[in-house]
Amino acid sequence: MENKVPFEETNKPEETLPHHSYTDLVEDEVLQQEAESAEHHSYTDISGDEIIVEENFRVISPGRMVAKRFFRSKLSIAGLCMIVFVFLFSFVGPLITDAVWGYGETQMFKIERVSDMVSKGDFYAADGKEYTYYDRSQSIVSFKAPPSKDHWLGTDTSGFDIFVRLMYGGRISLVISFIVIFLETIIGIVLGGFAGYFGKWVDQVVMRVVDIFACLPGMPILLILSAAISSIESIPAEHRIYYLMAFLTLMGWTGAARIVRGQILMLREQEYMLAAETTGLSATHKIFKHLIPNVMPQLIVSMTLGLGGIILYESTLSYLGLGVPFPRAAWGSMIALADPSKGQEILANYPNMWVPAGILIIVTVLGFSFIGDGLRDAFDPRMKR
Amino acid sequence: MWRYILKRLILAVVILVGVSVLIYMLTMLMPADYIDRQTAAAVQNGSMTQDEVMRLKELYGLADKSFGGIMKSYSKWLGSTMTGDLGYSFLYGKPVTEVLGEYIWTSFIIALIAFILQTVIAIPMGIKASVNQYGAYDYTVSVFAMIGTALPSFFLSALLMNVFSIQLRWLPLQGLTTATKVFLPGQGFEVFLDKVWHLILPITVLVVLGIGGTMKFTRTNMLEVLNSDYIRTARAKGLSEHTVVYKHAFKNTMIPLVTSLSGTLPSLFGGAMITETVFAIPGIGYMALRATQQGDIPFIMGYNMFLAILTVLGMLISDLMYMVVDPRVKLK
Repeated sequence: MENKVPFEETNKPEETLPHHSYTDLVEDEVLQQEAESAEHHSYTDISGDEIIVEENFRVISPGRMVAKRFFRSKLSIAGLCMIVFVFLFSFVGPLITDAVWGYGETQMFKIERVSDMVSKGDFYAADGKEYTYYDRSQSIVSFKAPPSKDHWLGTDTSGFDIFVRLMYGGRISLVISFIVIFLETIIGIVLGGFAGYFGKWVDQVVMRVVDIFACLPGMPILLILSAAISSIESIPAEHRIYYLMAFLTLMGWTGAARIVRGQILMLREQEYMLAAETTGLSATHKIFKHLIPNVMPQLIVSMTLGLGGIILYESTLSYLGLGVPFPRAAWGSMIALADPSKGQEILANYPNMWVPAGILIIVTVLGFSFIGDGLRDAFDPRMKR
Repeated sequence: MWRYILKRLILAVVILVGVSVLIYMLTMLMPADYIDRQTAAAVQNGSMTQDEVMRLKELYGLADKSFGGIMKSYSKWLGSTMTGDLGYSFLYGKPVTEVLGEYIWTSFIIALIAFILQTVIAIPMGIKASVNQYGAYDYTVSVFAMIGTALPSFFLSALLMNVFSIQLRWLPLQGLTTATKVFLPGQGFEVFLDKVWHLILPITVLVVLGIGGTMKFTRTNMLEVLNSDYIRTARAKGLSEHTVVYKHAFKNTMIPLVTSLSGTLPSLFGGAMITETVFAIPGIGYMALRATQQGDIPFIMGYNMFLAILTVLGMLISDLMYMVVDPRVKLK
């Protein structure tokens, strides 16, 4: 069953697709009503009698069809659940912990405990026998508390509650990735739209700029920029994040521009654009009202898939200490505690400090790619599912 | 055809000039005292003189920020870059080209082994997944491949180190050679084994991160081919499924695969910054990250230009390969 036309048979199993879950996604009111009263259509013939025609098909709006196909894939639903979880965890979570426990990401706790250190060594004594030598030392440690009822994942090297920091770290990652992806897409739409629509030298100039930006080595350039920014003292540390977002946007807008341009090159040859031409619409109107909406499916897919990439970039920068400055939390900098170059202690003995942050990164990135893949399949009319 | 190649070459030159302008502008954005601060240590221990610092500033357009001054220093920098002189790295105390030539090979060997393993594992996986589309195998492989691409390299490295180096003690934690072992000149093979032993984990990281992309690429292209008419003809003729998939379908999937994989070859020289750094392997990525953190501007600019050249080269190779591999492509 190929869904090339927006018709669907009514004898599809309804139980598997509850009605209410996607009705709100339908934008087209008329089509929705049509869909509701699909089974029995009444027509009035010339003599005024009402004829009731039973139809074995239902009209579904394109939006609804996309939603239906999207929710048919188990992976998309899994991805959606993962993202909803991460969002609740990092945006609602802090509100709850703030109300219940009453502290934030930079509240320091000194939980004293006695740490036993036993080191062992073998040696040969003067009598020729082998002895084992034990050195036991006790010290009082007030940070790095193990998980407990008060601090679910314990505290880190600075005595901050890890569980709470995970929530605030998620905020940073999600906010950055969403802002960056929107900025990238806007730049891409404007430049790609003009390049595709006007063609000729505009296209040449814009696409060469795109080529140049696409050839810049992303990570090294981001590192240089971030390192330079953090070394300039006149920029306050808390403003660094805005520069970071600007840099990420600068390195990433070319993808969106390419998609928009390619699609518009194809779309502008179609008949409906000829119709738009004859009505004498302005160029900007044609681009932004008639062409861009038709590029949106591809753009939405690439935006969703791009979100994960930005989160990985951001966490890498934080891991290298070039992201959000201490004491603010970021997932990348939490994993950086386990960097073996700074000593193996945390890597070996305190997985509670760095494993949860890594898992959250994976869950977020994976969730976005599941949703992106699901959307791509749902938007693609050639897909057989 | 030659006209097409010439056109691509001219485009490559245009892109490289553009990239050089952008990279040059990046360093110009830095405040002038940045160099002072970064070179302070080198000046203090005598490996650099105040004159050299001044020359450095001039070369990178930091001394004279008027338009004329910038143009003059840019053309000077471009001129010396063209002749292969990328400047003198003050962090490593050597010309940049020398540092590149020295450390590039470790990175290349690691990346090449990872690349081969990744291709050999991912392509059969992708084919099998596409044949069983929406089957159990397809779902499992796709999910695992996607987890691989979602993993931050530093987190995977930390996990592997924790399990294999610390808990199980099977593999070394960091470095390229065992620092405590002393090898005699005749023990070449032992040195080699020691290096292999150190490289298992970093190569594993690169393979796990890379499999997903190649596997998905193979799967998508394979699916497209499997839906085409000539495959139906082949099946209708009564050919075995094995022949249809591996002989008829895979041959056409090879076109995009060869094109894109050959395009990644030059990037194998670029080094894996994060993975090399986490495992403290002295490859070019590790050196570059250190240089970036220390503000070694000549090295940073040289390295970035080098990476840009590799990318442009990769684009050229994949364009040309497309022409060679696909007989249907006729270019003006």
